[in-house]
Amino acid sequence: MKTESILEKILAAGHLAVTSECGPPRGALPDKVREKAEMLRGSVDGINVTDNQTAMVRMSSLAACIIIRQMGLNPILQMVSRDRNRLAMQSDIIGAYSFGIDTMLCLSGDHPRFGDHPMAANVHDIDSVQMLDMVRTMRDEGKFQGGDKLDGPPKMFIGAAANPFADPFELRVARLAKKVNAGVDFIQTQCIYNLDKFELWMQGVRDRGLDEKVAIMAGITPMKSVGMARYMKNKVPGMDVPDELIKRMAGVPKEKQAEEGIKICVESIQRLKEVKGVRGFHIMAIEWEQKVPEIMERAGLLPRPQV
Amino acid sequence: MITAERKPMEELIAYLRPFRRILLLGCNECVTVCAAGGRKEVGLLSSALQMRFAKEGKPIEIEEITLERQCDPEYVEELVSRIDQADAVMSMACGCGIQEVARRFQDKPVFPAVNTTFMGASERQGVWAERCQGCGNCVLGVTAGVCPIARCSKQLLNGPCGGSTKGKCEVDPDIDCAWQLIWDRLKALGMTEQYEENIPAKDWRTGRGGGPRKIVREDLA
Repeated sequence: MKTESILEKILAAGHLAVTSECGPPRGALPDKVREKAEMLRGSVDGINVTDNQTAMVRMSSLAACIIIRQMGLNPILQMVSRDRNRLAMQSDIIGAYSFGIDTMLCLSGDHPRFGDHPMAANVHDIDSVQMLDMVRTMRDEGKFQGGDKLDGPPKMFIGAAANPFADPFELRVARLAKKVNAGVDFIQTQCIYNLDKFELWMQGVRDRGLDEKVAIMAGITPMKSVGMARYMKNKVPGMDVPDELIKRMAGVPKEKQAEEGIKICVESIQRLKEVKGVRGFHIMAIEWEQKVPEIMERAGLLPRPQV
Repeated sequence: MITAERKPMEELIAYLRPFRRILLLGCNECVTVCAAGGRKEVGLLSSALQMRFAKEGKPIEIEEITLERQCDPEYVEELVSRIDQADAVMSMACGCGIQEVARRFQDKPVFPAVNTTFMGASERQGVWAERCQGCGNCVLGVTAGVCPIARCSKQLLNGPCGGSTKGKCEVDPDIDCAWQLIWDRLKALGMTEQYEENIPAKDWRTGRGGGPRKIVREDLA
């Protein structure tokens, strides 16, 4: 084992792992963090804490991770290269590990264009692939990115994202291979609605044996309404929502659409469980964290294994 | 070339309001090519400013001079005989030219008439696009001749990100995804295996990370 991460232990034991996420509040509201994280207790193995998601200012991922860690839960520190240079990243990583946060996710982050500070400077000192390499070097070689020796290396279990639905599709397996080469341990994918395309991507992943080198967790987001489905299809870059899905959501009365969304989500999980190389699920129930235990229950993923 | 765009008229008027005799400078290099600050644009701006101030009942005098190269002290020196006749200088050159004039004439107010924008190339008549950020350590040799630093919105050296859609950038459908362009060229070159060689974290010291830069050529200095 490379780390003390519960997620690593679950995966190593051969269980399907489950993570979910919690977006920190837009203000100094620590109880909001506790409230959201509490809803996930017992249902998941790790809780991603987003880092200024959609380029909107929120409580820092690090601070919210500490709150969650202090609740005895397992936060996953998300870190984007948009807002921090390599100095700030490394100091936050050491800081996080010092609070017992042992799992993280390396991302490039949404462009500020989409957020509440479109006038902000982009940092992008390093990209997500280089961030993976940096964290792995800190952990395995006990060295800072700049080359100096690091006392007390942060033993981080290192994750990254993958979007099988972005273009060019033919490059998407190769991009995963770059992350594998950089040292990624687990992948959480973009929300999967087009299961056929995802399976095609997984075929490419398996053909190259990448599924043996990295644990791929399938990204799932339940849809609350047909409006949300349309929004995801039309407004969110790199999202692939098939028309049949929108039709299915539109085909049920408004008050039953949320339930239909959950049903779709559970069906997706059942189908994806059968896909070779899928090692778990990442449930992104956006502002709908309370539904995660029900989804887990219905998908047959409870109780969570003790490792 | 270095590209520039004329500033809004109101901003120029505000700069010049306290002055009566203006020296309006153009440059015969990049800003001429991108039609922002050459002889022609100097003439047009001069007329517009004179009309505007005349209308306000506060006529101004403008002398128009377009230097061969405003970022070069040798040409800026040509202004010595004319500078005293002006209360202020307005320059339509890029930021380099404007600063050279300011450096040479310490006691003369100098104002920019353009916003210097980027180092780019002409895509078609009247359209210029960014191509280079002068990072000081060119990566084009490993990115198939397309610069991800200048042309990827996230400056990814190992792109594309998850927002690349049908060859376009998520930030703006008018922006080509740099990594799509790189991939297309790697394919055309039969060099797709190069894509998987991770490009390491960049040393920004050769760029702005090392502070203002200078080139000293001992053989020429």
